[in-house]
Amino acid sequence: MADLRSNFIGIKSPNPFWLASAPPTDKEYNVRRAFQAGWGGVVWKTLGSEGPPVVNVNGPRYGVVYGADRRVLGINNIELITDRPLEVNLREIKSVKRDYPDRALIISLMVPCDEESWKAILAQIEDTGADGVELNFGCPHGMSERGMGAAVGQVPEYIEMVTRWVKQYSRMPCIVKLTPNVTDVRKPAEAAKRGGADAVSLINTINSITSVDLDLFAPQPTIDGKGAHGGYCGPAVKPIALNMVAEIARSPETRGLPISGIGGVTTWRDAAEFLALGAGNVQVCTAAMTYGFKVVQEMISGLRDYLDGHEMELSDLIGRAVPNVTDWNQLNLNYVTKAVINQDDCIKCGRCYAACEDTSHQAIAMKPGRVFEVIEEECVACNLCVDVCPVENCITMRELEPGEMDLRTGIKRGDYANWTTHPNNPMAKAAE
Amino acid sequence: MSQARLAPGVVPGRLTREELVVNFVDVAPPLDAHEAHVAADRCYFCHDAPCITACPTSIDIPLFIRQIVTGTPDAAAMTIFHSNILGGMCARVCPTENLCEGSCVRMDAEGMPVEIGALQRYATDGLMAQPEHPFSRAEPTGKRIAIVGAGPAGLSAAHRLAAKGHDVVIFEARAKAGGLNEFGIASYKTVDGFAQAEVDWLMGIGGIEIRYDQRLGSNITLEDLRNDYDAVFLGMGLGGVNALRADGEERGNVLDAVSFIRDLRQADDLTTLPIGRDVVVIGGGMTAVDAAVQSKLLGAENVTIVYRRGQERMSASEHEQHHATASGVRIIHNASPLAVHGNGAVAEVEFAYTEEVDGHLVETNQRFRLKADQLFRAIGQTLDLMPTGLALDGGKIAVNGPGRTNLDGVWAGGDCAAGGDDLTVTAVAEGRDAAEDIDATLTGRPIEIPG
Repeated sequence: MADLRSNFIGIKSPNPFWLASAPPTDKEYNVRRAFQAGWGGVVWKTLGSEGPPVVNVNGPRYGVVYGADRRVLGINNIELITDRPLEVNLREIKSVKRDYPDRALIISLMVPCDEESWKAILAQIEDTGADGVELNFGCPHGMSERGMGAAVGQVPEYIEMVTRWVKQYSRMPCIVKLTPNVTDVRKPAEAAKRGGADAVSLINTINSITSVDLDLFAPQPTIDGKGAHGGYCGPAVKPIALNMVAEIARSPETRGLPISGIGGVTTWRDAAEFLALGAGNVQVCTAAMTYGFKVVQEMISGLRDYLDGHEMELSDLIGRAVPNVTDWNQLNLNYVTKAVINQDDCIKCGRCYAACEDTSHQAIAMKPGRVFEVIEEECVACNLCVDVCPVENCITMRELEPGEMDLRTGIKRGDYANWTTHPNNPMAKAAE
Repeated sequence: MSQARLAPGVVPGRLTREELVVNFVDVAPPLDAHEAHVAADRCYFCHDAPCITACPTSIDIPLFIRQIVTGTPDAAAMTIFHSNILGGMCARVCPTENLCEGSCVRMDAEGMPVEIGALQRYATDGLMAQPEHPFSRAEPTGKRIAIVGAGPAGLSAAHRLAAKGHDVVIFEARAKAGGLNEFGIASYKTVDGFAQAEVDWLMGIGGIEIRYDQRLGSNITLEDLRNDYDAVFLGMGLGGVNALRADGEERGNVLDAVSFIRDLRQADDLTTLPIGRDVVVIGGGMTAVDAAVQSKLLGAENVTIVYRRGQERMSASEHEQHHATASGVRIIHNASPLAVHGNGAVAEVEFAYTEEVDGHLVETNQRFRLKADQLFRAIGQTLDLMPTGLALDGGKIAVNGPGRTNLDGVWAGGDCAAGGDDLTVTAVAEGRDAAEDIDATLTGRPIEIPG
């Protein structure tokens, strides 16, 4: 059975599933129950400076986007960092860590952007026994208005500066949590690396308005008739997070910088995808908020099954897909596929036909008896029919054999060739 | 209508072989992958889920369904088997509408539960079809355990004890293992020899020996077992059948439903199995339904279940009752048998309508007769042999906690032990829990929480 023990920047945990800094990790009661349920680690909800803690709204903190059957696809929140006194959090962290020495316990931090504040908080957490710190440079609402969170994370120079302070005043491993609310996530990652960060974690939540109350004419969640943008998370943001993780994993400037993957991890498969794209572990929040702490059990059994089935160690998976993430101009233009509809599996709903006929390439014929067939002469292999078909594997893409004629173009399938050498490309270099 | 079909008396071959094949197909065919995913998608992953509480073996149902959703059906099967090693059979025969599915919160939401039984079958079938047995044994303990009866309770206990490193010998009275799974359940619920296949699969763990034709009180005694083994688990079920206490019960073609089901399950060729044209089944439980429906499927023209109390008191689940009536079986409630009439063999059964007065069942003066050339008793079973020294409770072996009897080193579970619902799944739970207690008693190891 595959060994899921994880060592992330020297921080050991029995599995690579950590709870992200968020409401589920706000206090000892929750964190103990999370560890009992099997979570490998926890990033304690962000601590602020000593003194009166922040306050939260007293109306709804969350907005939600549903899929069919009220499946939670995305949640947005307007909650701030911990609103409990610093000393209470520190006492509880120490107590939990003492009882769970084998689990990872990271403290998320966010204090004003000056050296003294960072020096002070790092001194205060020194003897908690925590395994590391995560710098919250991502929170996109509330705190960012006060010059913290995403306001720091959006300025690479600030990231570098604060990271440097943290490495100067603490011996703890330092993870820098990045905001996705930037145009190029590689820049803040590079800054973190320059500042001496041991790792980055991403993504934090995405600026969002989940919905609008059409009677009150106000964004939701609505507080006394008004709403502010929140931070969006959950399965809906996973594609954005995967891309950002991959961008950092494959960038020459940040290659090798450890990454803690965050963003919509709900099942073992999501986690495995993050790991394959270069994340050394994953952090989870929305899945726990939707299904409870027990959801980690499926992640553990599923990842184990997957690794066993592929005869891989956890370390074999991490980053395994990174070499296959490339730029568009490197894609093989002579790779040709055609859709194939399995008539035995087809339930004759016609969604493939509607999609192709109305919005694509008119490459599916509807024949008497609601028989749907691919017209290879028209099929550009866009895959939309596969995507909209309600029956898994009913429509598949067949790869043309080398030398086989593409009936659409009348050209036989050739060897690998990409855009950089294509005759239509004015910038094309002559093939060597 | 063919001559054979309407032949009077109890005769074989009312239906052709082809008709019988159609009649006895799998009553609930397995889900394919697409169906399983659609069904699994409906599970809410409830907290402290009511379905788990409702399952006598406490299978972590939301977890295994989630494992199906995420494309790991083998992990789902392991979640099931950790709690219930006969999860494959239970997926087929559990009255799920009274257990897990009956408590599904989707019942409140939409009146339609998640199809837990079918999903359990999907997961377990997949893993059981693989060549390797998925459990391995702990280091040998050197302890030897005797188990009486290779039914659900005994097999469940045996597997768990073998997994913990003990050597197990099962003494089985019949020539075949499986107990009621093999002999006592309608064949359309467990087609293609599943009961034996499941036993073979379970035995794959190793360390379990089954000795056949070993009947307690005949060629083995409890005393010997206690002397020769470190612990004894009694799971021999109920060998006796209650009498009707109706005049003329001794007439020909008056049979125990369990014997009829056993003969049917063991028949190589259903065209050779005799069945009446007018069949009456007396009783209100699963056995009554299994006997009645199979009579119909064998070609009986008229099949009637007669139950002495009201519909709400029938122990056959509503699903089973619907299955019976949809199969063409008539169910008469509130009627009690008075006499079996006939010249040699049964020709008519006479009943009195009953009513409940102050909680007591009383016969009224209203009488009626049903034409019958075959009559099946399905009014419960009894412990037919009782080793001396064992305390009883309501005609069954008295137990406390996880199957402990009044005798040191002797545990009991399944239908022969007091308590439980006489269901396969209850027997599995009792066997498992007794095994845990036996292990803890012999080795001092802590009880392993299933799952």
